[in-house]
Amino acid sequence: MSELLTKLHAFWSALTTYWISLPFAWQLTLKSLAGIVAIMLPLILTVAYLTLAERRIIGFMQVRMGPNRVGPWGLLQPFADVLKLVFKEVILPTNANRFLFITAPVISISTAFAAWAVIPFSNGVMLSNANAGLLYILALTSFGVYGIILSGWASNSKYAFLGAMRSAAQMVSYEIAMGFALVGVLMASQSLNLNDIVLAQNGGFSHWFWLPLLPLFVIYFISGVAETNRAPFDVAEGESEIVAGFHVEYSGTAFAAFFLAEYANMILISALAATLFWGGWLSPVQGWHFLEDTPLAFLVHTSFIWFAVKTCVFLYAFLWFRATFPRYRYDQIMRLGWKVFIPITILWLVLEGVAIVLKIPPWFA
Amino acid sequence: MLQNYVPILLFLICGFLFGGVLVGAGFVASALLGNRRADSEKQSPYECGFEPFTDSRMKFDVRYYLVAILFIIFDLEIAFLFPWAVSLHRIGLFGFLAMLLFLAILVVGFIYEWKKGALEWE
Repeated sequence: MSELLTKLHAFWSALTTYWISLPFAWQLTLKSLAGIVAIMLPLILTVAYLTLAERRIIGFMQVRMGPNRVGPWGLLQPFADVLKLVFKEVILPTNANRFLFITAPVISISTAFAAWAVIPFSNGVMLSNANAGLLYILALTSFGVYGIILSGWASNSKYAFLGAMRSAAQMVSYEIAMGFALVGVLMASQSLNLNDIVLAQNGGFSHWFWLPLLPLFVIYFISGVAETNRAPFDVAEGESEIVAGFHVEYSGTAFAAFFLAEYANMILISALAATLFWGGWLSPVQGWHFLEDTPLAFLVHTSFIWFAVKTCVFLYAFLWFRATFPRYRYDQIMRLGWKVFIPITILWLVLEGVAIVLKIPPWFA
Repeated sequence: MLQNYVPILLFLICGFLFGGVLVGAGFVASALLGNRRADSEKQSPYECGFEPFTDSRMKFDVRYYLVAILFIIFDLEIAFLFPWAVSLHRIGLFGFLAMLLFLAILVVGFIYEWKKGALEWE
């Protein structure tokens, strides 16, 4: 037994000396790759269980059971779905532009995943401590539109084309309102780095940006729902009008890629809402010292748990919206985006600017 | 710190690779595991079971184009606002008034397009 331990120890020290001897570029690359795997695998699992949670929760809201046959409480359902999708034939329509048809889901999924590089999971725990984190996220969400419009155009099908046009126009419209809301966060936090934005909200529940920026938070989250083409803004795939919209010609794993991207984007929007407006990994009961000596002490400290809990609350809101609201008409969606959200955000930015210049307490002092 | 952007680049590459592997594996797996019978009906564009009437590269509403142009203007504006918003605490009243002027010019344009009916969808 002790022989084994010494062998292990020798192996470990050999490994560390090898690690130190590596050039810096290699260390950085290997560390980043490990981090990417550590983000992507849990993300994919979360997407898998989000699909199950969606079906179960909406099922209960509509007084049905939802999928409950595969495994206990249906817990193996996502894996059954994956298996089914892998067995399905990937059809290439004859008129399709083959290269773009295959590239489009790849673009969708890579942008939905890569945005996670700058999200802080706990204090300083992020893949890249880039100082322009929020700008990067805005760039990637803009880039995500390409996946949708390319898929619709490359399919060479009328439904796909209509869905892609609708979806692209809707996404860019709401991106403006979302961008203005993010500018409001920047004004309050004075930083583009997401970790610094969370730190700027330090001090407990009432110091988080949701309170001084309440209209911007509401607009941000509604725009987020519209950005991800979720109900009630899901005209891009409205099954009663254009069947499935931009991905009507996709099947098998190519369809799964779009599905994965949509759900990964939902989680991203929820995580961003938690980070930008609800204090990210900060604890809502920060400074409640009487809890320190109880078993509940972990609640007071900043931790990944709080980030996860807040993200889940927003994800639940996504599902709740879908079960509650009827689908908007397209002209109503565009009117809401352009004629309601943009004027309100511009007005609030000006008000916030005045508050910052005059250093109005308690938030802008 | 440029090295902070290396993981981002790697993540983008990994994302593309993952997507490529997922879609590529689908082709391989479905060819090996399932049936693959090509027929012209199945591979024609979906149109509710009809034979496609016309080419799907059809004319579309000019308003989509208009929205795209308006988006470029406003998105650029947001890109201008980003550095201003981060440094507003330091540039003080003068910086605030300068951006207010810029916003006012844009709001005039916004009111113009509104009155012109560029935002109407019937």
